[in-house]
Amino acid sequence: MSQKLEKLIDKKGLRLDGRKPEELRQIKIEVGIILNADCSAYIQQAKNKILAGVYGPRELHPKHLARPDRTVLRCRYHMAPFSVQERKSPAPSRRDIELSKVMREALEPSIFLEYYPRTGIDVFVEVLQADGGTRCASITAASLALADAGIPMRDLVVACAAGKIDNTVVLDLMDTEDKKGSADVPVALMPNFNAITLLQMDGILTHEEFEKAVNLALDGCKRIYVMQKEALKAKYESVKEVEE
Amino acid sequence: MSSVIVRIKQKQIAELIAKEKRVDGRGLSDYREIKVEQGIIERAEGSARVLLGKTEVMAGTKIGIGRPFSDTPDAGVLTVNAEFVPLASPTFEPGPPKENAIELARVVDRGIRESEAIDFKKLCIKPGEKVFVVFVDVYVLNHGGNLIDASALAALAALLNTKMLNYEIEEDEVKIKPGYTPLVVRKHPIAVTIAKINDKLIVDPSLEEEQMMDTRLTMTTDEDGNICAIQKGGSGTFTQKQVLEAAKIAREKAVEIRKKLKW
Repeated sequence: MSQKLEKLIDKKGLRLDGRKPEELRQIKIEVGIILNADCSAYIQQAKNKILAGVYGPRELHPKHLARPDRTVLRCRYHMAPFSVQERKSPAPSRRDIELSKVMREALEPSIFLEYYPRTGIDVFVEVLQADGGTRCASITAASLALADAGIPMRDLVVACAAGKIDNTVVLDLMDTEDKKGSADVPVALMPNFNAITLLQMDGILTHEEFEKAVNLALDGCKRIYVMQKEALKAKYESVKEVEE
Repeated sequence: MSSVIVRIKQKQIAELIAKEKRVDGRGLSDYREIKVEQGIIERAEGSARVLLGKTEVMAGTKIGIGRPFSDTPDAGVLTVNAEFVPLASPTFEPGPPKENAIELARVVDRGIRESEAIDFKKLCIKPGEKVFVVFVDVYVLNHGGNLIDASALAALAALLNTKMLNYEIEEDEVKIKPGYTPLVVRKHPIAVTIAKINDKLIVDPSLEEEQMMDTRLTMTTDEDGNICAIQKGGSGTFTQKQVLEAAKIAREKAVEIRKKLKW
């Protein structure tokens, strides 16, 4: 972090990929593309290509993990060996384990877990290509997959990161900005409740910059939320068209 | 303890917190008593033991020589690992670290790394080939709640009395010379964990409070008041206002805790 070798923001105030500081990357979301999974979602955010699939509620194995009063949500965040510059071993890294945990904790508040006692819901996320901000994109996709699976939810969970590069607080960091910038703040939100379900940070920020970054990330979340809802509707609209 | 007693106790904790009180008599933003001992394991390059109420954590540092990462050829390496030893709690099992231990180690790591407490460039012996590797091993000896803060404090305290090997390069070989120099620690990041119970923020949750909290937020700040690491844990939610309030509390509390360290 904080290696200021090259400029991340040019004189016109534009970033390496030509974005303004408060601009999101191109996002494409699709719902229901893996036929086998109970439900699935795909998100593409610049070079990020992420698949999320949901199985369940179903019988939980091993059985001793089952809870008499609620379902057990399990998440697995995994990166394909070819998703990054240097081959990543397919075995789960410590980072993968931490991200699986924070992802689960980001999604749990949105689900009515008590509706399916003694069962388990499995969420699998595969990062096919990583370009910075994969945990946020994963959460956005996973939440859609859960919704598409018909699991009763309070709200969708949407995530977006803000950060600091070249002394400027910016939205939605890409890989280079994440590595060379000075801070990264991923945030997940249930927009209808204004409830933050994930918050992490690494880097150095003053109190004021942190406040600004959180506000910017929340704003980004709300913008992605619109696209998320559209993607969900789009699946059912296409079904309707076929019927007609 | 049987679950009936646990339920009764949890109800009591919740009722007290609503009245801005806690079962152990603390205020909502009070820490339990903190004790720090440094340099207690002679064989380690640096060591410390932290007592935080009933929580007891030991941290030891070892210095080794290894290869740098390919994307940072001229920087030393920091490795933080945490062991939840089975004797510390009936819920800890032997075996490789589980997600809680991994999360804890990574939060401690992030605080030290991102605050730039250690000058990694100074740990480089030969760019691209040999660098010093700083191993920080956190050992949880008794689980009384709020392991993250105790571990982060123990790790920092251990780094503060870490001795670096003296060396010289002879014919491309690293020769270790007798004697030690202290490891330079430039910043003192302190982790402060704030739990949310019934929509109230409380500092330094005890084990009982942790078992019933909605969620927690750990914020690590350096002496300049900058935030250098944050981790939310548990499956509850925070409002934006609560997050900013927590950041303020964390900064104030860190000043208090930093005074417990000697450097």
